[in-house]
Amino acid sequence: MTENNGSSKSKLHGLWALTNRELKKWYKAPVIFTLSIIQPILWMGLLGKAMNINAIFSPDKIQQLMGGLVLTPPLTQTQSAQLGGFFQGLQTGIMQNTFHTSDYFSFMAVGMIAFTALFTTAFSGMSVVWDRRLGFLNKALSTPVSRGVIVFSKVLSAALRSMFQAGIIIVIAIAFGLQFGASFNPLYILGVFGILFLICVGLSSMFIAITIRSTRMETPMAVMNLITLPLMFASNAFFPTSIMPSWLQTVAQFNPMTYTTDAVRQLLIYSSTDFGSVATDFAYVGLFALVIATIGIVLSWRFLNK
Amino acid sequence: MSEEIIKAEGLTKVFNGHLVAVDHVNFEIKKGEIYGFLGPNGAGKTTTINMLITILKPTEGKASVLGFDVLKQNNDVRNVIGVVPQEYTADEDLTGIENILLCADMYGIPRKVAKERALDLLKLVELTDFKDKRVQTFSGGMRRRLELACGLINRPKVLFLDEPTLGLDVQTRSATWNYIRKLKQEYGMTLFMTTHYLEEADSLCDRVAIIDHGKIVVVGTPEDLKHSLGGDIITIGIKEDADVSALISKVENVKDVKKENGTYRIKAEYGEVTAPFIIETLRKKGYTVSKLSLTEPTLNEVYLEYTGKSMRDAEESREAMWTQRMTMRRARQ
Repeated sequence: MTENNGSSKSKLHGLWALTNRELKKWYKAPVIFTLSIIQPILWMGLLGKAMNINAIFSPDKIQQLMGGLVLTPPLTQTQSAQLGGFFQGLQTGIMQNTFHTSDYFSFMAVGMIAFTALFTTAFSGMSVVWDRRLGFLNKALSTPVSRGVIVFSKVLSAALRSMFQAGIIIVIAIAFGLQFGASFNPLYILGVFGILFLICVGLSSMFIAITIRSTRMETPMAVMNLITLPLMFASNAFFPTSIMPSWLQTVAQFNPMTYTTDAVRQLLIYSSTDFGSVATDFAYVGLFALVIATIGIVLSWRFLNK
Repeated sequence: MSEEIIKAEGLTKVFNGHLVAVDHVNFEIKKGEIYGFLGPNGAGKTTTINMLITILKPTEGKASVLGFDVLKQNNDVRNVIGVVPQEYTADEDLTGIENILLCADMYGIPRKVAKERALDLLKLVELTDFKDKRVQTFSGGMRRRLELACGLINRPKVLFLDEPTLGLDVQTRSATWNYIRKLKQEYGMTLFMTTHYLEEADSLCDRVAIIDHGKIVVVGTPEDLKHSLGGDIITIGIKEDADVSALISKVENVKDVKKENGTYRIKAEYGEVTAPFIIETLRKKGYTVSKLSLTEPTLNEVYLEYTGKSMRDAEESREAMWTQRMTMRRARQ
């Protein structure tokens, strides 16, 4: 029956066209595109530089606090210098112990990358609702394009967008003074994008699965508000889990964001990269992406058609 | 192949277990005809079309398009139909041709073939000069034509049009009708459309099914339907507060009298001759005729006759209303 309308039989036809449609809406709209670049810069400046944890432990600060302490006999020049050196070491030690890097900004910048991935993907739920309301979804459903492709194009475009933004963050972070770990190798960047792709696929599938039947704009927004912040703070994105209360540690242990951030930190800023735990991170996030994306696509088969 | 391009048997859709949107409808659509569903908003037109284009699963009954079952062979159906939805689905941020090519990609049409067809279609709907302009800048009529072009990219054998001129002004509307007629002539296509504009159904459709509360009330060509009313319609009102139905019905050539809202709707042959007789008869009995009108039947009279009420909107879902408002607003841009 279909021999003369020129259709091909590939199950994936239309995937790139639909993904590109989403991307075009982004990169062809100068305002949105510019904002999506400015946003990470703002975040980076505000969260990364304003929360200057390094300064708390700076030797000057500590010596100031000890100003009231009068020692007899007074310290010699050498002893004073030794003490200054001790404080310097103490700062680095504390930072290393807590954050695995002596520079909190570097720690934070990586958290920022995960944060951006989370927020960009959170909007993918909205675009499904929007397409439903404008009738585009129905139009797409009346064509032979596979239902899974309709959903997966949203997932893919969200992943590509947030990977692009993550790239910008890395560049800005370097400009702002990100300190690479001693064992850093430019090839590790590929690993960073790899894990980001996985987490974005998982997250946007999750947001889409939640809102797939929704007809109102309010639902995805409420979902976004409810989910994003807990996912962010119950992870190691801004603060190491090792010094969190134990119940929160348990939560963070299941949070895929924790694994993503860990992998990116291992690859970019830790003084020695532990490939064992990078592998664990990839496995966990990969499994998360696979399971959630499968659920998303199964739901799309069942629920896109009412 | 059978002559029936579309066939529905006992097609039913119940929403949320209690809201009966389409209630056991049966119809057959023949090759090459324009078949229209006429009814007010909320009558079940869009629900029917959505079941036929496989985006809504029937609760009961079955339907087939070109012999393919809409439920079991939905992908075969999707390959051979074209759909022009009520909404403007073209992406505002993309250009005219980009939108058509996007549709082509959803059908898996190779890029080279798609480009050729897209240019042909743009010519057909006279949008060639605007093909590289963003849809944002398009008027309502242009958007509608672009939707038509998108719906034709896979060379469908049947085209479904849901409220093809919703929100358009009168001139643009009749221009759009001409495009639709051209499609039928040039491609020998079968068209299924819904409308709540009586004059649209009258001027465009070969056969009209009047649908009310999810049921088909009557089917026929617009001429047959109007003819079936058996003559002209005389509407009169009297000053006095009395029921004169019986009196009027005795006048020669009067076939039927109905009283509604204080006026009488009289069906009569040779209306222009019969009307004076009615006035005369009433005056003899001391009644004063306060108003009078004489109309040759339109589909509105047909609608009134079969549903007992003027065409007005039934209750509808929030979503459907939003959709329609949105479409109308964009049509007027």
